[in-house]
Amino acid sequence: MTTPHEAVIGSTGLDHRKMGVWAFLGSECMFFGSLIATYLVYKGRSPSGPTPHEILNIPLTSISTFVLLMSSLLMVLALAAVQRGDALGARLWLFGTPFFGMIFLGFQVYEFATFVREGLTLQVNLFGASFFVLTGFHGAHVSVGVVWLLTLWTLALRNRLTRADALIVEIAGLYWHFVDIVWIVIFTLVYLIQ
Amino acid sequence: MTQHPPVRTYLLVAAVLAVITAVEVSLFYVTVMARFLAPLLIVLSAAKFSLVVMFFMHLRSDHRAFTGLFVGPLAIAIAIILALMALFGAFVVARP
Repeated sequence: MTTPHEAVIGSTGLDHRKMGVWAFLGSECMFFGSLIATYLVYKGRSPSGPTPHEILNIPLTSISTFVLLMSSLLMVLALAAVQRGDALGARLWLFGTPFFGMIFLGFQVYEFATFVREGLTLQVNLFGASFFVLTGFHGAHVSVGVVWLLTLWTLALRNRLTRADALIVEIAGLYWHFVDIVWIVIFTLVYLIQ
Repeated sequence: MTQHPPVRTYLLVAAVLAVITAVEVSLFYVTVMARFLAPLLIVLSAAKFSLVVMFFMHLRSDHRAFTGLFVGPLAIAIAIILALMALFGAFVVARP
């Protein structure tokens, strides 16, 4: 029998939890692939506006993209801190990462609210439907990551996150970086290539 | 446990990611580049994607099984996107 945080090594010599997370991320690639494909297929086929060219705010989204990229840096710094047993660093970076995630979500909420005010909704045209579904699902993934990381931060505050728990931080980090790379693709395909 | 890169490497990768993002946004506003914008942006985006996966997600130094678990479905996803775009005529250029 294993304790909750003990390594679970299988016949492959690899930790089962890490294998599971990578398999999950692989399935997420196909999930977001289908949403991106839908957006690209419907692109330019809306009979009425608002169109991407009219409504997308590149300067604002560039800032939120930068914030999300930097949150990935904070995530690896958090992992490095846990791995070397630096409790203060772990607390700092494990708070910084979801904090940056929340800033990103704030930008997204502001963007969605602005779009709705300007007449772009899920029902108004194909662009609205595919845009909100794609970026909305991404935002939902960021929200899950924020909750996950705040949970780890709470553990760190209670001194319940030691070097032996580095793997659970690494697994949360893999999920967070995945959310980041999905946004890298969305930012290019949806916002910059109009 | 796999040996992860030093903090300096993470900072360097983050700086490169920030610079690439700045270049991408700048290219968007350069109208003379309009013809080559899409391929250029896709290449830059792929570079950012690879940097995060290799260094932040440690696939560069981790076991190859993890690379297989991720790259396999990623390749299928890309194939599905391209196939659907081809089926729906997204690559067809209208003649004047």
